[in-house]
Amino acid sequence: MIRLEEIDRVFEVGDQRVQALNDINLHVEPGEYLSIMGPSGSGKSTLLNVIGLLDRPTSGRYFLSGNDVTSLSEDALARTRRADIGFVFQFFHLVPRLTAAENIELPLMLEGIAPAERKPRVDEVLDALDIRDRAHHRPDQLSGGQRQRVAIARATIMKPAILLADEPTGNLDQASGKEVIDTLERLNASGITLLIVTHDQQLGDRARRYVKMVDGRIVTDQTRG
Amino acid sequence: MITRDILRFTFGALGGNRVRTALILTAMAIGVASVVILTSLGDGARRFVVGEFASLGTDLLIIIPGRSETAGAAPALIVGATPRDLTIDDAAALTRSSLIRRVAPITIGAASASWHEREREIAVLGSTAELLKVRHWTMSQGRFLPPDDADRAAPLCVIGAKVRKELFGENPALGEWMRLGDRRCQVIGVLATEGRSIGMDVEDQVIIPVASAQILFNSPALFRIMAQASSREAVPKARQFVLDTIRDRHQGEEDITVVTQDAVLATFDKILQALTLTVAGIAAISLAVAGILIMNVMLIAIAQRTAEIGLLKAVGATGRQIIILFMTEAAMLSLSGALIGLLIGEAGSRTIGYLYPALPVGAPLWSVVTALIVALLTGLLFGAMPARRAARLDPIQALSRR
Repeated sequence: MIRLEEIDRVFEVGDQRVQALNDINLHVEPGEYLSIMGPSGSGKSTLLNVIGLLDRPTSGRYFLSGNDVTSLSEDALARTRRADIGFVFQFFHLVPRLTAAENIELPLMLEGIAPAERKPRVDEVLDALDIRDRAHHRPDQLSGGQRQRVAIARATIMKPAILLADEPTGNLDQASGKEVIDTLERLNASGITLLIVTHDQQLGDRARRYVKMVDGRIVTDQTRG
Repeated sequence: MITRDILRFTFGALGGNRVRTALILTAMAIGVASVVILTSLGDGARRFVVGEFASLGTDLLIIIPGRSETAGAAPALIVGATPRDLTIDDAAALTRSSLIRRVAPITIGAASASWHEREREIAVLGSTAELLKVRHWTMSQGRFLPPDDADRAAPLCVIGAKVRKELFGENPALGEWMRLGDRRCQVIGVLATEGRSIGMDVEDQVIIPVASAQILFNSPALFRIMAQASSREAVPKARQFVLDTIRDRHQGEEDITVVTQDAVLATFDKILQALTLTVAGIAAISLAVAGILIMNVMLIAIAQRTAEIGLLKAVGATGRQIIILFMTEAAMLSLSGALIGLLIGEAGSRTIGYLYPALPVGAPLWSVVTALIVALLTGLLFGAMPARRAARLDPIQALSRR
């Protein structure tokens, strides 16, 4: 599914070179549940951005479903993100003027799918995430947990193979966080490949596979029985 | 993305920031409205002047005594070249060519006119029956001067509508005898109201036979001769004929000036067209200002919506899609602004037309179309830079903000 080979990512900050990713080799099978942990600045978010095709590695090769995506054009990357990858962010990133349903259907809209066809698909995920009754509310009328579930609905509406979550519970209270994690794990159980970046050790420990990063390198990569 | 979604998304974005939208719409509307109002004023002035000249007839030749193109020293210093007067015989001589259909000699002056106890100073025009057709006037009552011999000083007069009202009031004027200077004349007709006609107020004059006028003003000299060519195409030949004939009659001196209506009309038309374009150009500057405002406000909008743009990219919007979204926004803003401006401009020029009915105001179609196209282009042009900036936004940085 995901195969990273000798990935480096170097940022030039002024005249300083910051090696955010240093010789990363990672292989993720379809349906895996993986947590990426590490201190601030360890490169875990950069790794997630590279996997999510938001960022390009400085060197190395990245195969997604067997295809080399390192050399794709910007537009091809955008289309791949739309079709194969779902993002869940710490700050939800919902468009404030759009309702929950409208936020969820954004990827369908970008794909050019007709409104009549979008409706049942949006309803389906609204039901799956138990937010049907919030469909016509704007983000500011939703609780944090509900907002994150709308974001998850948006991330999964295209039925992507991979779901990337960057601190999905970082901005939520304990109870909402738990709900969101349950939701994500349920999606994983139904087959989606789930990668979670987190500070939260408790959350990190839930994943079957645990990757720890320090200074841009993977220092631990273990799969629990 | 399907068009309906692009429009819906853009509408949402425009509705999401009403102040910004209203600001741009106002700027665009002012720009377009000023183009429309100024061009309709300029074009109205042009049509007014051209209409005035055309009412004289484009096949008209005006023969004026004296040469305006005299070269060298002042005319008085040229020995033996004192300009000769134009006479009724000169006018009669012009009728001999088939190139000229009608000839109307004209003398003008002022005299006091009175009827019973009412009296006023009035412009008096001496001419012949031909004048009516040469000037394209119409009668509202009675008839014009009879087609008599130009030498006959019949005691008849035709009066303008205003003269009729001021001298006769509610009384019938036809058949009445009025006093004109030290002579009397019988009113045989009243001219129809036709507004102004270059240089002379048709409503405010008395027309008498040219021979009567010569006696009244005690001068055989004509003020000018108006001649109507047989057709518009015959005007140049007729002009040459007039010059030749008068030269022969004036002992070989070319001491007249012939003005053709066509030349005057074309000149005025050009001058006023240039004037219209100038004011339109000035107004177009306000369109450019509106364009720059669009650019500024779009840049601010992109700064405000950084997170949204980052998110759109993260969920798979291509650079092209982002550009289309923002360009649509700019185009919709400028077009709706322009439409509002057209309405305001139309209302403005109608108001002017209402206040000054003599002026044929009304924005010419070319200015309306140009204003719309320029507004749209301005929007797209000044929207392009912000849209490209939005498309190039780095999604990671855009999303890293809360």
